[in-house]
Amino acid sequence: MSKVANQIKQTATLVRSRIQRRSKPTLSFPLRSLSNVKYHPKKGFLELKGKKKIRTLTVATVKTFAQTLRMMSQAKTLVEDDEIMTKREAYYVSKNWDDARFDEQPESDTVIDDIEALFEVNREQLGFIPEEKGGEIAGKLIVIDRESDGGRPLRIDCTKFGSGAYSIPISVEHLKFETKARFVLAIETAGMFQRLVKHSYWRKANCILVSMGGVPTRACRRFIRRLADELKLPVYAFVDCDPYGMFNIYRTLKVGSGNAAHINRYFCVPNARFLGVTPQDIINYKLPTHPLKEVDVKRARDALKNDPFVQHYKPWQDAIRQLLDMGVRAEQQAFAVHDLNYVIEHYLPEKFAAPKTFLP
Amino acid sequence: MSGVRHVVMSRGPAPTYNEGTEPMGKARKTRAKSKSKTKAAKKAGKKKRRTSKKAKPKTKKAGSKASKKAAKEVVEETPGKEQPRHSTAEDMALRQREISVAEFFTKNRHLLGFDNPRKALLTTIKEGVDNSLDACEEAGILPEVRVIIAHSKEEDRFRVTIEDNGPGILEKQIPLIFAKLLYGSKFHRLKMSRGQQGIGISAAGMYGQLTTGKPISITSKISRNKPAHYYELEIDTKKNEPRIILDETVEWPVQRGTKVEIELEAKFQKGRQSVEEYIEQTAIANPHVSLQFVTPDGEKKKYKRVSDQLPFQTREIKPHPYGVELGVLIKMLHDTQARTLQSFLHSDFSRVSSRVARMVCEKANVSERSRPSRIARQEADNLFKAINQTKIMNPSTDCLSPIGEELILAGLKKQIKADFFTAVTRPPAVYRGNPFQIEAGLAYGGSLPVEGLAHVLRYANRVPLLYQQSACAITRSLLSTAWRNYALQQSAGALPSGPLVIMVHMASVWVPFTSESKEAIAHYPEIIKEVRLALQECGRKLAKFVRRRRKAAESERKKAYIQHYIPHIAIALREMLELSVRQEKTMVRQLTDVLERSRS
Repeated sequence: MSKVANQIKQTATLVRSRIQRRSKPTLSFPLRSLSNVKYHPKKGFLELKGKKKIRTLTVATVKTFAQTLRMMSQAKTLVEDDEIMTKREAYYVSKNWDDARFDEQPESDTVIDDIEALFEVNREQLGFIPEEKGGEIAGKLIVIDRESDGGRPLRIDCTKFGSGAYSIPISVEHLKFETKARFVLAIETAGMFQRLVKHSYWRKANCILVSMGGVPTRACRRFIRRLADELKLPVYAFVDCDPYGMFNIYRTLKVGSGNAAHINRYFCVPNARFLGVTPQDIINYKLPTHPLKEVDVKRARDALKNDPFVQHYKPWQDAIRQLLDMGVRAEQQAFAVHDLNYVIEHYLPEKFAAPKTFLP
Repeated sequence: MSGVRHVVMSRGPAPTYNEGTEPMGKARKTRAKSKSKTKAAKKAGKKKRRTSKKAKPKTKKAGSKASKKAAKEVVEETPGKEQPRHSTAEDMALRQREISVAEFFTKNRHLLGFDNPRKALLTTIKEGVDNSLDACEEAGILPEVRVIIAHSKEEDRFRVTIEDNGPGILEKQIPLIFAKLLYGSKFHRLKMSRGQQGIGISAAGMYGQLTTGKPISITSKISRNKPAHYYELEIDTKKNEPRIILDETVEWPVQRGTKVEIELEAKFQKGRQSVEEYIEQTAIANPHVSLQFVTPDGEKKKYKRVSDQLPFQTREIKPHPYGVELGVLIKMLHDTQARTLQSFLHSDFSRVSSRVARMVCEKANVSERSRPSRIARQEADNLFKAINQTKIMNPSTDCLSPIGEELILAGLKKQIKADFFTAVTRPPAVYRGNPFQIEAGLAYGGSLPVEGLAHVLRYANRVPLLYQQSACAITRSLLSTAWRNYALQQSAGALPSGPLVIMVHMASVWVPFTSESKEAIAHYPEIIKEVRLALQECGRKLAKFVRRRRKAAESERKKAYIQHYIPHIAIALREMLELSVRQEKTMVRQLTDVLERSRS
């Protein structure tokens, strides 16, 4: 029996013995929020502080309690049968549970996240796989996968996708890599990625391009992490200059998230650096801007106040304050104001010539 | 006539031209007839107005044409009145004469509560029952009152009989009490009683006389050894004097008591503001009374006595200086037997010691030894001001007889089927020198209707007030109380809603009614405040009950909820731990046990 299945069984036994002793059973989960993480600069990711949320079986919690236990049972079956299930499928399976069924998928997702945190594993280990796609790769990288039927090795050359790109699979643990590239460039928008692929920027700069498409998925983060670890490549992030790009996208890529801190150790890229767009770039390159929205200001203030990562890095605090003072944001595609290929011809080369302007 | 006038007035601008051009009296007569014409004129006017602005003067002409035409008609109707003749002082003197009280009220019977046949029936019975109860209580007799409404030979007429076991009335007093307006024992004293002015029953008799031409009949007996007297009386409305139609001795097989019979034009109805509602509410506020009610259809209703405790007999008090108006003060100064001003103040008012009397005199800058009648002519004004500037103790309050919390509860429980009852009797308070006391009671839940607004029972000196709810100080307090604080629903500016009966009683030596028909209590801030305090106290108790009940319902709901989800916990555990179905069932039992215990 696998380790996870054993853990599930142990928890179930604990619950049962409490019931038999006529006391209220409890489940304790690590608290999933930014307030329960600390930044560990040496380890390089946001780590749980150990605050626990104890869910005691009471009248108010009886429904969620029942749902959590049934979902645990489901996970155990998946692990034992070596089967997988998407979150959406898990939601549909719950429709067999009469009164305990979920009405909306967000409810079942939360319960799955809870169980994941309870056992401090990633949900793939429990048999639950995400729906989302993992991001795209172009450039000087050879991915060694296995054929789905035979298991024979399959070499995928990421330079050979023409105007397309290689899709990161949902699970990346079995992949192996070969490369001669000098660095990885992780890009926020598919539009910017397309421009760089179109003009074969990877050839010019000898690099691997990754399109994150917003906040990077777990698979994408894990993929980049393995590139960084196993190929010893530096990673640079190129995102919009706004609080979302900085703290939802870049921060999650580098140190993981507060919500799923129990798995951050696998899903972070501690050596990632913030290439741009920095607030100073807005000034230096005279970029057209938009005013900061209310949510932007709120997110920035919140980061200053609560984000352990930001609190550790003075340059980030300065950058946020500068952005708040300017009261504007700029997108990475704003360079088009000068020339469509200004990014390739001026911005990126100039940035790489002055690595001191990168933010940690 | 006034109705017609009103309709025409609201018809728009055209008729108002008329008003300016004609003498009032004529205009009034024409309007009813010229209605259609003025309407036509108006229509024409409208049409022209639409065509162009310049046409405006023309429209005016059209309007005035119509009015001229109307005026012409009037002229034809009443020839020789084109130029009103002016009166001389002598002419006027010919028309000037005394108006008797009875005549005044004949014209203004709505002031006394005889506006329409339906209300007249209620007022008649109310006056009769109030008198009976007052008399019984004063004589220390537990009241037994019978009210009979019977169809008369003629349609729309009823014969009302009110019979009591009271002390009876002396023979020579009977005509004065029943057939002379403003004759009675209660007006001149300050004592808590139902009746106040001495108009009620004689006005009812007069109403009967006016609408049916029949006299009022009274049978009264003052002791077992004496014969009963039977009178038939009419009021001479000019002189306000009784006219005796019949006076004889009759056999009446009761120990003592009074029976009043009045035939009147009336309308018998059930439901809101009906006689039945009045009697029912009387029974609630007077648990010591035994009431019987026979409807015109012969239906007999009994309201049993639930308390043998007569209301505490109140003392009569002298007026308090703060409650006296200048005119009354002058009259008292004239009438007093006291020789000096100081002794007048001391002996004719309550709460005025010799010391306080001296202070008043000093303030008014008059000698305390001066003769009251002299002051009345010259310095009453100063004296009046001085009284109101001097600090005088509040009147004593032992002149009040509240129903009491216990008896309010007994009364409410007797007539209303509810789950929760509460009552509050406030300590006495004072408005304008008159002591008063507020009581409130609530009944909630049970068979009361859940939908709709709360039902309000208003009482003044134990008499139910059925009309003019919105004009009453009690209602004002009810509306301004924040019932939502007490777990009830209330829309802005409305009564609270829910299965609720609210009872409020004001006991006072002088209840300040807004009119002689005694339907609404005037808005004195002190009264409004006391009512609110009483309601709030009741509200707090009600809220406790409602919240407790809601909690119980909530936990019942939770119990059902638990039972939905417990099986799933057991199923999940069975699956994970590979248990047997029996073990699963045991677990359901154990879990239910654990949760049920934690609930309480």
